[in-house]
Formats: sequence, structure tokens, C-alpha cells
Amino acid sequence: MLGASKELCGIRRLAHFTFVKDQPDPSLGQTKEMNLCQAIQNAMDLTLANDHTAIVFGEDVAFGGVFRCTVDLRQKYGADRVFNTPLSEQGIVGFGIGTAVSGATTIAEIQFADYIFPAYDQIVNEAAKYRYRSGNLFDCGRLTIRAPWGAVGHGALYHSQSPEAQFLHTPGIKVVIPRSAIQAKGLLLSCIKDNNPCIFFEPKILYRSAKEDVPIKDYTIPLSKAEVLIEGTDITMVTWGTQVHVLREVIQMVAKENISCELIDLRTIVPWDVDTVCKSVVKTGKLLISHEAPITGGVGAEIAATVMKECFLNLEAPIERVCGYDVHPIPHTFEAFYIPSKWRCFDGVKRLMNY
Amino acid sequence: MLTRRVLHRLFRCAVGQINKRQQSTQQNLLISGHINAPLTNKLQFLFPKDRPIIPVYRVLETDGHVIDETQTPSFSDEQIVKMYKDMTLLSTMDELLYQSQRQGRISFYMTNYGEEATHVGSAAALDSNDLVYGQYREAGVLMYRGFQLDDFMNQCFGNLKASCKGIQMPVHYGSKKLNFVTISSTLATQMPQAVGSAYAYKRAQNMLCVICYFGEGASSEGDAHAALNFSATLEAPVLFFCRNNGYAISTSATEQYRGDGVASRGPGYGIAAIRVDGNDLFAVYNATKAARDMAVNEMRPVLIEAMTYRVGHHSTSDDSSAYRSIDEVRIRDKRDNPISRFRKYMTLRGCWNEEKEEEWVKESKRSVMESFTRCEKIKRASPATIFENVFDKVEPHLQRQMKEMNEHIKLHHDHFPWTQYESM
Repeated sequence: MLGASKELCGIRRLAHFTFVKDQPDPSLGQTKEMNLCQAIQNAMDLTLANDHTAIVFGEDVAFGGVFRCTVDLRQKYGADRVFNTPLSEQGIVGFGIGTAVSGATTIAEIQFADYIFPAYDQIVNEAAKYRYRSGNLFDCGRLTIRAPWGAVGHGALYHSQSPEAQFLHTPGIKVVIPRSAIQAKGLLLSCIKDNNPCIFFEPKILYRSAKEDVPIKDYTIPLSKAEVLIEGTDITMVTWGTQVHVLREVIQMVAKENISCELIDLRTIVPWDVDTVCKSVVKTGKLLISHEAPITGGVGAEIAATVMKECFLNLEAPIERVCGYDVHPIPHTFEAFYIPSKWRCFDGVKRLMNY
Repeated sequence: MLTRRVLHRLFRCAVGQINKRQQSTQQNLLISGHINAPLTNKLQFLFPKDRPIIPVYRVLETDGHVIDETQTPSFSDEQIVKMYKDMTLLSTMDELLYQSQRQGRISFYMTNYGEEATHVGSAAALDSNDLVYGQYREAGVLMYRGFQLDDFMNQCFGNLKASCKGIQMPVHYGSKKLNFVTISSTLATQMPQAVGSAYAYKRAQNMLCVICYFGEGASSEGDAHAALNFSATLEAPVLFFCRNNGYAISTSATEQYRGDGVASRGPGYGIAAIRVDGNDLFAVYNATKAARDMAVNEMRPVLIEAMTYRVGHHSTSDDSSAYRSIDEVRIRDKRDNPISRFRKYMTLRGCWNEEKEEEWVKESKRSVMESFTRCEKIKRASPATIFENVFDKVEPHLQRQMKEMNEHIKLHHDHFPWTQYESM
């Protein structure tokens, strides 16, 4: 049963998912094998090359970043464009808003999503409201905040968090999460080019493991568009980030029992693609939402409430949410018990089918 | 001549001692954290009281005299009169808008009483293209730059001509044309932002700087620390202008900090700092001008602390007699008001007199009144405005919600205050 993940068996522990490569869009031309980390670096490289206002900064980005996402960029584009800041998240985001206000394409890094909260005020009260409160006289639409995100096996409370729901409740910012290297590059370039402040969460467990053939040219993937990855007829599954790969495996597991699932990668958390999700639920009549973050007040709650309103007559079973528990994510040595693993999702599918 | 010789001797002596000390401690230098510090065998703490209190730079005496003529900035009579008119027009507008809030005609107001010289003096020292980030008590900067009375009024009424179209509370001004970034209520958030803008200006090599105003209360926020530190390490051409008026709402400065005000923090961050008499327009002007030169030519931040006094209440939601005596306010204002000090100077200079004053009082009151009447009549924008500018485009979910609101309004049209709003 665990055959697939055995390949990824590291020294420390088994990964809870199996990464599945996407095929690059042939119309995008030549490709190069990159992992997610290199795809991110590549997106920033292209941005710095094409846009002389663009700057990249944060804690430890100058030497290449603690995850190597900014490697070589300083040598290539200069110390005034790729630089370290003092260790202060509120300073980083405030500074980034300011550079964006003055017309610079701004890519700020928060070292871990867990540490974004000191900048919460700058994000929620400032970045998100800049255009609105000024009647469009000023905006910080050129700001993109990148942050490593999600479970990593042993990250415990402050190297594991998935804080997307904290920002779901804030009009004015976009939140985007990729599932792979190809997606990461295209979605990050969209965030950078989008004229609204964006938060780009990078599933750090995929930095090295998600290796695929990434188009080398500058391309974008539209924001606020979910992607139907696998078509099915019995159950709609909605998720994002690493959890996409968990659900892919669940779909294979339940396919043996002739259960056909439709898998949707939401990709953009805010503003999310209501139409794609609802269209799928109208077809399948059943919905399973899964995310690593705690269940209460999670993004799943918002999706469930919306789908219930839009698809009330089509729903054949209560919407299932398979998420993290309402404890502090993620208790160190108990990660295997905390995460919405493929087996917990498998149970969720069973509940939906047996209803 | 004598003093010079004495100084020279003292200097030589001091240099000799420093050299000797350096020789003896050469092998005892500790280099750590990029600090190159001498070692000492004395267990000695550095106490705040051991450091001299930073003096207050003053040009104009309270009676309007200039002690040292070399310090008088070279303004023409017209410029002097313009600055005076800006300060007094602001004061006249404050009075009317304060009263209008008391009558419930606008929802909120904050006066600028006592701090007019900090605004106008600093604004005059800037290039008009320098970017301004304010807190909320900087209306004089806008007045100096040419924000019209109607612009102020429209914003306070929140009508459809307001810079923010009625989205923000009164006194949250902004002007793209005048390079004045829209005010927000959150204290000190503008400080790291100002540093970012200054950094972008440095990269653009436009020879401009950014000025960031804040009060001594806001300087306690974490964002103030972030801003000062970022500005120093990233070498941003930004001027931090602190209005130290003694109070943050009811909290007096003694409860706000225990150091030597805000200026003393500058050197700790590696930032040049100066303390000025904030009721002295010339002192504010000179300091800001010199700071601007340093910022733009040397790519470095500068901190200016202007000592002043908040003569008015914190806002219309505040009765300051609950925490400070009315006499204290009256005495402070009478003893030293920036506008009357400047008027005394102008009279001495010969460019102002009683007659001009009377005429101007009448004229300024009339134009403020006229503007008020004119702007009060302007309708508020259409309620559809609330869905605009959340994002650069009205996103699909907001289009749906706008439609919902429309349908609801159609059904219950009579329950909305339509007389004040443009229809949908």
C-alpha cells in the first residue's frame, strides 16, 4: 500500500504524499527540469531581468535564501536589487508596501509563513486597504509577499503553519498556493504582474521533491482559476498545495472500488473560483474539501458554506471536510496523527459514499 | 582668537590622550557584531543621565527677534506672508470644522492647534515632488502645497468629490498631485512604508526624498523601530519628522518613554538626529532643509524631533480637560504660540501690520465659510462606490454582492437616506 511513498523515504521519515509530475504545456516551448525551489528562483530571475524596478528582499535572501530560492540573483542583478533586511517582518512588509507605492515591482520574502503574523497589521490594515482607502490615488498592487508554507514532517508549531484562512477574511489581497514547479512559476509570475498585493505561499515540502519539466520562457497561469486535474462523476474533491498530491493518491485508492472522483486544485484561495467548484458539485452531488490547516474557520468552511448555498438541490450528502485538528499546527512528534492523511481522506470518501 | 587657541590646546591634549589610550588598548580591542570596541577593566554601566540632554535648536525668540541673523532663512516677504497665511488659514479652517463636528455636520475632526509651524516650516524646506507620509495632524503640509479649502472640506464631508470618495473618516486626506500619501488611522504603519518609498527613490536616482511625520506616541510602535532600523541599514533618503507635543491622547510623554525624547534614539540606530523648537517656523525650516540636503546627497536617513504642544483636544472624541488642566493649555498657548511668534517676527520685519491682519482675518474666514457652504451641498457618491477599488477590478464575487445590494435596495428603496447620495 505504501509502495509509492517508499521511493520518497528519507532518512528522517516517510513523506505523506507522492509527488505527481504535470506535463508542461507544449505551446510554451522548451523546458528544463526544475524543482519547485528552482522554478521560483527562475520566476524571480525573469522578473529582475525584464523589469528594472524589480527588487527582491527579506531575511537572508542575499546569499541565496535559507531554502535557496534566491540563489545567484544578487550576483546577477546587484546588491541594490537583491538584499537582506534587518530581522523584522513588520518592517519587511511595510518597506515593501512603500517600494510598491513608489512604483517598484516588489518581491518580499517572509522566511516562514509561521512568521508572517508580525506583519499582519501591515498586510491587513495597510496593503489590503491601500487602493480602497485612497480612492485609487495610491496602491501597492506591485507587492508580492512570498513565504514557505505547510507541513514538512518535523516543523512543529512554527515551521508548519498554513495561515491562508487568516487572509481569506481580508478583502483586498490575493492568496495563491501552487502544487508543483510548473504551477509555482506561472502562478508566481501572475502574482508579480498582478496589480493587487498578493501573498504567495510555497509548499516547502515540495521545494526539492517536486521536480518536473518547467517551460523556460516567461509564462503566467491565471489567478482565481481553479484547475480540474482529474475528472470524475461521484465525488468532487477540492484542495490546494501539497494536499493535491495526497488526494491524487486517495483517488487511485478508491478507484479500485469503482468510486470516481473529480480533483480540483483551487490554486487561488482569495478570490477563489466559485464557478469551477460549483459546476463540479452540480455534476457529482458530493464534495470533500481537505486542507492541512485546522478545521474551524478554515478555508474549507467558506467553500462548504458557499457550495451549500449554490448547490443545495444537487447535494446528496453533507459536505465532508478532512482537515487538521483544532490544535496548534503541528505538534512535533505527532505530525502523522495530525495531518489529513490519505487514510483520513479515504475515510471521508467512504462516509460520503455510504451516506 | 583666544578661544581658538584654547580650543586648539584642548584639542591637542584630547587627541594625545585618545592616542595614548588607543596604544595601550590596541591589543585589547574587541571586534564583535561589527563593533570595534575598546576593552575596559572598569565595571561601568552607561546611565541615561550621564549623557547630555539634546538641546533644542531655535532661531526665532518668542518675541519674534532673531538672535543670530546668520540663521535667518532667505525668504522673500511674499514667501513669509504665504507661510503665515497657510498657518492661519489652517487655524481658521480648524475652528469652523471643529464647530461643525460639534453640531453633527461632520462625524469627526482633529485640529492642528499649536503645531502649525511644524507643518508649514518643514513643508517649505522640501521639494514639492518629495513624497510625504503623514500621521493625521499634518494638514498644514497640504495647505502649503496647495490643497484647496474645498479639497479639505470635501474629504471631511465624505462627498463624491472627496479624495477617498467618502470611504475614510474625516481628516484622512491624500493627494496624488501633491505627493501626499493618503492618511490611514493605524499609527506608525506609514513609517516603514516611507522607508520603502525612499529606497525606491534612491534606486530611481530622482534626487528626491521622502518625509515621514509621526507623533511621539506613534514612535513607541514596533513599526517605528522597524522603520528607523531599515532606513539606516538600507541607506534610504528619508526624513523622520517627529511632532513631540507632549501627549498621545491622554498619555503624557512621561508615560510614553523614559529616554531623552525621540531624538536620542537616532544615534542608537546610526541616524543623524536633531531636536528643534517646533513653535519656531525658522528652526523647523532650517533643520528640515539641512536634513533634506543630507538625505539626498549622502543617501542617509535623518531624524528631526520638533518640540511643540498640542493646544487642542486630541480629537472631537476627546475632552482633554479630563487629563490636563485648561489653565495648563491656556498658559502654554499664551506663552508660546507658533503663529503669534511668527506674526511678531513679521511685524518687526515690516511685512505685516494690524491692518493687513484684520483684512486677512476677514478674508480667510469668508473663504473658509464659503467653501464649507459649497461643499456641504455636494452629494455623497453612489453606494456602488463601496465595491470599487477593493481590487484593481471588481472581482466576480464582488459583482455578485453588488448585484445583491442593488436588488435589496430596489425592494427597500425607502429605507435608505437617498437625499444624501447619488442614486445607483
